[in-house]
Order: sequence, then C-alpha cells, then structure tokens
Amino acid sequence: MTRFSVFSLAKNALSGHRLWERTWRDAAPRDAYDVVIVGGGGHGLATAYYLAKEHGVRSVAVVEKGWIGGGNAGRNTTIIRSNYELEGNAAFYEWSMKLWEGLEQDLNYNAMVSQRGVLNLCHSDAQRDAYARRGNAMRMNGVDAELLDKEGVRRLAPFLDFDQARFPIQGGMYQPRGGTARHDAVVWGYARGASDRGVDIIQNCEVTGFLRGADGRITGVETTRGVIAAGRVGVAVAGNSSRVAAMVGLRLPIESHVLQAFVSEALKPVLPGVITFGAGHFYVSQSDKGGLVFGGDIDGYNSYASRGNLPVVEDVCEGGMAIMPMIGRARLLRSWGGICDMTMDGSPIIDRAPVDGLYLNAGWCYGGFKATPASGWCFAHLIATDQPHETATRYRLDRFATGHLIDEKGQGAQPNLH
Amino acid sequence: MRLPCPFCGDRDASEFVYRGDAAPVRPATSEGFYDYVYLRENPAGPMREHWYHAQGCRNWLVVTRDTRTHEVFGAVLARGAAQ
Repeated sequence: MTRFSVFSLAKNALSGHRLWERTWRDAAPRDAYDVVIVGGGGHGLATAYYLAKEHGVRSVAVVEKGWIGGGNAGRNTTIIRSNYELEGNAAFYEWSMKLWEGLEQDLNYNAMVSQRGVLNLCHSDAQRDAYARRGNAMRMNGVDAELLDKEGVRRLAPFLDFDQARFPIQGGMYQPRGGTARHDAVVWGYARGASDRGVDIIQNCEVTGFLRGADGRITGVETTRGVIAAGRVGVAVAGNSSRVAAMVGLRLPIESHVLQAFVSEALKPVLPGVITFGAGHFYVSQSDKGGLVFGGDIDGYNSYASRGNLPVVEDVCEGGMAIMPMIGRARLLRSWGGICDMTMDGSPIIDRAPVDGLYLNAGWCYGGFKATPASGWCFAHLIATDQPHETATRYRLDRFATGHLIDEKGQGAQPNLH
Repeated sequence: MRLPCPFCGDRDASEFVYRGDAAPVRPATSEGFYDYVYLRENPAGPMREHWYHAQGCRNWLVVTRDTRTHEVFGAVLARGAAQ
C-alpha cells in the first residue's frame, strides 16, 4: 500500500495522478474467518481495523449489504465532541476524542479532522446552571470545557441574534477540542488501514441468517453471497440492529427512528465552528466546501424509511432562524434521512449478546459518528479478549434489566425523546 | 404524513403525539415488567402503534402504519381496540 506523503504526492503528480493504487481491496468472500463483522459503516470498519492492528486478528471479514459508508456513516452531520456528563459516557467519548486527535497520523489518511470548537448556547439561567454543572463534570473527567458569558459568545460568533425576543442568548458552553471530521474519509481511511492488514471488505453482501452449532453457538453467517463460517460474529448495524437480532430470536431495548439532516448551497466561510441552539434542537457547522450542514430532532415515530416529514423540517429551520437569521438567505441544497437505533436510555450497547459467539455494537441513537474510533476500539477489544474495554464497561445489554441506565437526558424509557 | 382519526377525519401527523408500539401490555404483576418497559419488536413493515390526538379530539388511537414507507392503513380508537 502506498504511504501517503509529500513525496508520493510529488511522484504521482509527475505521472499525472494516473498511477495511484486502489485505496482498499474489494474482496470476494472466503469460506471461513476468525471474525466476521456485519456492517461496513464507520464502526464496523474501525472494529476490523483495530482487531487487525491492536489484537493481531488478521482473518477478519466485514460484510456490508450495500457499499461501505453508504448508511449512517454517509448521513450524519460530521460533528465530533466529548461533552458528556455521566460516568459511563465521559471516559468513552473522551477516549474517542483522543483517537480522533491522532487518527490521521495513525491511518496515514486525511480524515479532515478539524478541532474548530463546539459551542452550545444557553438562553436561560437554569440552562446556564445546567451547562456549568456539565462543564464541571467534564473538567473533573479531564475534558476541556469553558463556560462563556454573552460577551464570550459574541467574540466567537458575533453574527448570532443575541437579543432575540423569545430566546435571547445569555451565554454558552464551549468545547474547543470539539469540531468536525470528514465522514467519507473516516470510512475510507479505516477501510484502507483494515484492508492493508488483510481484512476482507465484502460489499453487496447482505446477512440473511446465522449459522448455529448444536450447542446454539453462532458459527457463521448466511449471506446473499453464500455461507461464511466464523469463529465470532460482531454486529455493527445501527439503525437495523433489531432486524439482525431478530434473526437469532433476540428482542432489543431499541426502536428505529428517522433523523433528518440538511445542507445548504456552498457559501463563503461564515461559521467558525459548530454551534447549537439551546432552546430548541438545532446544530450547524460549515463544511470545508462551504455548505451549512445542520440538523435537529428525530421525527419521533418508528421508521425504517430513510426519509422524514415536513413538520421536522420546519422545526429545524425555525431553530436556525431563531439564533442566526442570516441562515434564511441561504438556499437548501439537499436534505436526507438516516435510521437511528434509539435505545431506552439514549446510550449505546457494546456487549456480548446472550448467544455464544455473537457480539453487539448497537443503540448509537443519533450520536454514533463522533463515537466511531472508540466504538471500533472497544468493540475490537471485546471481540478479541471477551472482556469489555475499560472505557465501555457500562454499555451492557443487561443494564436495562438491572437498572444501571445511562440516561444523559433524563427522559426515561421513551426512545423518541432522547 | 396524515392520520385518519376516526373522530376528526384525516389530520396532519403534527397534531398527534407518538407513544410507540401498541403490542406491549402492562402486566398485572412485576413479572414481565422488564419486557413491557424495555423490549421491542421494532418491526420493519406494518406496525400497530399508539398515537394521541393532542391537538384534536384528545383520543388515543391505534394506527396501523408501515415503518418502511410511512403508509397508513387505518386507525381505530384505542379504547376497546383488539390487542
């Protein structure tokens, strides 16, 4: 595999960029692997990469029903952050942020990780108190957080509507290390790193069932491209986790919901980083191409349709208009929907399934993108060692039965409110 | 998406509050409560689900809807609806 460097760039420039190698191998399935990962999104590919790199497991296949990165890895709003409050989440998302910080050197691939800052606006005294509490929790966990007053916010983003009649901006919480990363490049970078270490990435290969031994243990997968035997099977198909789990008769504490996202036409640079509205649900950043990438709430009803309805479009745009009226001048280029595993407490699951040989990586709600590196790291650790990684010990499947919920938003068992 | 409220007629879904799958039944004892509160079939296809017409007649409905297409097949009042 060609190592990307200024020298390889110069060399390929001289040959008119016609001799670059393929970034990763488009493999055909073999009969058997030590580990099969179901789902070729960011999480599945990161898992395969870390299995090969950190645990020396080289006989790995990633099977993907469509093309890699064609699901939620290609539908998110590219935000990375680790501003979590609760024990169980804080260490995990901070580990993810640390992996983001070293990702490009590790992968030798430009994932366009940009720590341009995440600014959460507050609009009331109660909300400022909540941010102070969250920020203090973050700092006690070694995460960066700054509580800003109105002037502090004005210095970062002078264009906001500070004196909006209904939701005046009183301040905000700022995580300077947060930012954005290029979603496609993350997928391709992990695919390249995994493929280079012998992982087979098999596209257009949908899992249709599981092979079970006489003792019930999972021994492989049935796919649209034939049967593949496997020592262990990891499932990383967030959005469709319930459907795959149903193939082994499991019901999960998950509902599938649609989350819409939007991008405007390309504009000259106007937004310094990620900005979120505190009185509604609206978050926005500007891509390097210039489009304003934004989103808000999930639609709120069960859906596998990958498209949403207009009331949420209106709600999201109202949120945008409330804090930055200038957004009303931008024309919308595209909108789309992705299917999210909404869990009963708003936190993910990285655990052994109650079926031998099967491992679950699920329930990412609508926050899976930022978790990609740590999710892969911890899932690889779990599959390779049969023990949870130290930052993911709380993401157990049985926490719903034992009452050890990680409910960051405090909403209870109501998936569409997380 | 519009829902055919048996009382009010076809109304926009934004008038309704979503509660989720209509299949789980609250158990009489603590046995089975974990299943009732947390576990879901989460089907891809037709699903019977509870909607509350908050900005209309304030009836609870059981709506049958395809989660893959958002096509709505019908709605009945939840009171007295077959489980």
